[in-house]
Amino acid sequence: MKKFTKLTSAVVPLNIENIDTDQIIPARFLKATTREGFGENLFRDWRYNGDNAPKPEFVMNNPTYGGKVLVAGKNFGCGSSREHAAWAIQDAGFDAVISSFFADIFKGNALNNGLLPIQVSDDFLAQIFQAVDSNPKSALEVDLENQTVTIVETGEKESFDINPYKKSCLINGYDDIDFILNQKQLIEEFEQAR
Amino acid sequence: MSKTLVEKIWDAHVVKSEEGFPDILYIDTHLIHEVTSPQAFDGLRKRGLPVFRPKQTVATADHNVPTLNQLLPIKEELSRYQVDMLTKNCAEFGIELYGLGHPFQGIVHVIGPELGITLPGKTMVCGDSHTSTHGAFGAIAFGIGTSQVEQVFATQCLLQSKPKTMKIEVNGELGKGVGAKDIILYIIAQISAAGGTGYFIEYAGSAIESLSMEARMTICNMSIEMGARGGLIAPDQTTFDYIKGREFAPAGEEWDKALAYWKTLYSDADAKFDSLLTFNAADIAPMITYGTNPGMGMGIQEHIPATAAQPETEKVSYKKALDYMGFDDDSSLIGKPVDYVFIGSCTNSRIEDLREVAQFVKDKRKADNVNVWIVPGSKQVEQQAKNEGLDKIFEAAGFQLREPGCSACLGMNEDKIPAGKYCVSTSNRNFEGRQGQNARTLLASPLTAAAAAVTGKITDVREMLEEVEG
Ligand code: SF4
Repeated sequence: MKKFTKLTSAVVPLNIENIDTDQIIPARFLKATTREGFGENLFRDWRYNGDNAPKPEFVMNNPTYGGKVLVAGKNFGCGSSREHAAWAIQDAGFDAVISSFFADIFKGNALNNGLLPIQVSDDFLAQIFQAVDSNPKSALEVDLENQTVTIVETGEKESFDINPYKKSCLINGYDDIDFILNQKQLIEEFEQAR
Repeated sequence: MSKTLVEKIWDAHVVKSEEGFPDILYIDTHLIHEVTSPQAFDGLRKRGLPVFRPKQTVATADHNVPTLNQLLPIKEELSRYQVDMLTKNCAEFGIELYGLGHPFQGIVHVIGPELGITLPGKTMVCGDSHTSTHGAFGAIAFGIGTSQVEQVFATQCLLQSKPKTMKIEVNGELGKGVGAKDIILYIIAQISAAGGTGYFIEYAGSAIESLSMEARMTICNMSIEMGARGGLIAPDQTTFDYIKGREFAPAGEEWDKALAYWKTLYSDADAKFDSLLTFNAADIAPMITYGTNPGMGMGIQEHIPATAAQPETEKVSYKKALDYMGFDDDSSLIGKPVDYVFIGSCTNSRIEDLREVAQFVKDKRKADNVNVWIVPGSKQVEQQAKNEGLDKIFEAAGFQLREPGCSACLGMNEDKIPAGKYCVSTSNRNFEGRQGQNARTLLASPLTAAAAAVTGKITDVREMLEEVEG
C-alpha cells in the first residue's frame, strides 16, 4: 500500500454536499476487473457532456485549479460501497480528501488504499473554500504524523482525528491483510472453540 | 452486564480485542458478486493465498446481468467478461456460485434470506452496501469494500471498530396504503441521508414487530441510505417461521439448538443505546422522493420544501438537486406525468412485493405513457410468481415481467432509464444518474409505483384503494 507522511499542495475545491459514490464513479464504469484506470472516469457525468466533451464549468476542467488534495462538501462518499470510488480519486492523482464529514465505508476504503480522508470542522472547511476562492493557488499542508492541516497562506491550522492503528498503517504502508494474516492461529483457535 | 442485540452478536464474534486497534471480527458468511470481487481475487493471487474458508462463501451474478434472454450469452462484452471472471474465480478458489441459469440465482440480498443462508446471530458481509438487508433476521450484516473482501477471503475475519448503536422505535398502526418502504423513506427524510453515520441501528416498536420478514428486509435494506453501517431487528416467531424448512436452514436437532440460541438474541431491557429515536406509525403517509438523495422525501400530498428554507451551507446542493429533477420550490408532485415505473431491486423485489402489486393491478391496465418493468429479485421469486399466476395479471396489465437481477436499480446493465425521463422506482437510490445518465428517479413503495403505472402520473394510492373498496 502507498505510504503517506506529509504533503503540501494546492487543492481542487468541490463545494457540493452529499457527493455519493455514483457521482464519483458511475456504475457503468465498474466493469473493469483491475484497480487501475478509473481516474479517467472520476466524476464522469459532472466532468464531461454526453458527447465526451469536457464541461468547462467543472472544476477539474479548469486549469486554474490543480493539486493532490480534493476538498469537498459535507457527507462525502455516501451511497454504494464501491472501492472503485477511492481508486478513481487516487488514480486521478489525489493523495488526500478533505471534508467536514465522510460516509463510513468510503472512509474505510480510502484508508485501505493509502488515500487519506481528513475530517475537519464545518468552519475550517469553509475557511479552506474561502482561501481557495480568493487565491486558487492556495496551498494546504497535511502532516499525518502531527495530525494537522494548515492553510499555508494564512497559517490557519486544525488538527484531525485518525485511528492510531490506521495512522501507523499509512505511515508504514502496511495494510490490514498484512496485519490480520499474522493472527491466523488465533482465528483457527476461535473457530475450534465455538 | 446488560447488552444490546448488536453487542451480543458482536462480542460472540470477536477473535481478538486490543486497546488502540480495531477488533478482529469473525465473519460467518461472506456473499460475493461479480462487480466488487475480481480485484480481491487478484490480490489473493498476488499474495499466493487460497480462500481461507470457501464453504462460508457464496457467490451470485446480479449487477451486470441482462434481465431478458438470460440463457443467451451476455451481449455487452465487458459485462460478459466480468461475469465469466466470477465463474472462473469461483471454480479456481472452490466457491459455490449461483450464476445465470442456476435455479438459485438472483440479487445477492434476496437469495441469502430465501435460501436460509441468512440466519439470526450471524455476522455477514458482502462487497455491497445493501448487505444491511440481512439484519432483518437479527444478524450483524454490513457492506464492505474490495480490500475488505480480500481480507475476508484470506482470513474469514475483518478488522472493525465496534459501532455505536442507535435504536429507532416505530409504534402504533400504519394507515391504509402505507407500507415498510414508506416507514423507511419517512425515517430517512426525518433524520437525513447522513443521520445514521457511524451507527448500527436496531429497529423496534410495535409497528416493526407486526411486519412480515419481507417488509423487515425492506426497512433494514435502506439503513445505509442514512449512512448507518447496518440495521437489524430482533428475531421473533415471524423470523423463525420464515426460516424453517428453507434450503440451507438448520434442521432436526440442529434446528432446536439454533432456535434456543436465537431466542436469546434481543437487547436487554436496560441495555444502553448511544442514540434513541421514536416515531409514530400513524404520522406516516405514502412517501415519494423529489431530490437526488434518499433523504429528500416527503408525504405524497406535501409540497417540495423551498430552497430558501434550507440551511445556508446546503442551499447550493439543494437547488442543484431540484434543477436536476426539473422540479420547482413549493410545488406538489401529485398529477406529475411519469415515463417509467420500475418495480424491483433488493429493496422491493420479493414475492410479497409482487403479490401486493398484482393484487392492486388485477383487472386494471397501465397508462399508455408509461413503460412498466417488474424485475423479480431471484429465480425462485420469478418461479413462485408464475406458480401463483401473477405473471398473467402483469401481462394483462401491460407490465413487463423480466428475469432476475439488479436491473434498473443502478444503470450498469442494459436496463437504463433514458436521459431526462421520470421513473417511479421501488429501488433505494435516487442519486443523479443512478438509473442511467440524467435519468430522474422518484423513490416510492411498490403500491405507489403501481398506482403511477396505472394512472401514468404521481398518484396518492390511498384514493385508489378507497375506490376499490367503494
Ligand atoms: S438491487 Fe440495486 S442496491 Fe440492490 S444489490 Fe443490486 S444494485 Fe445494489
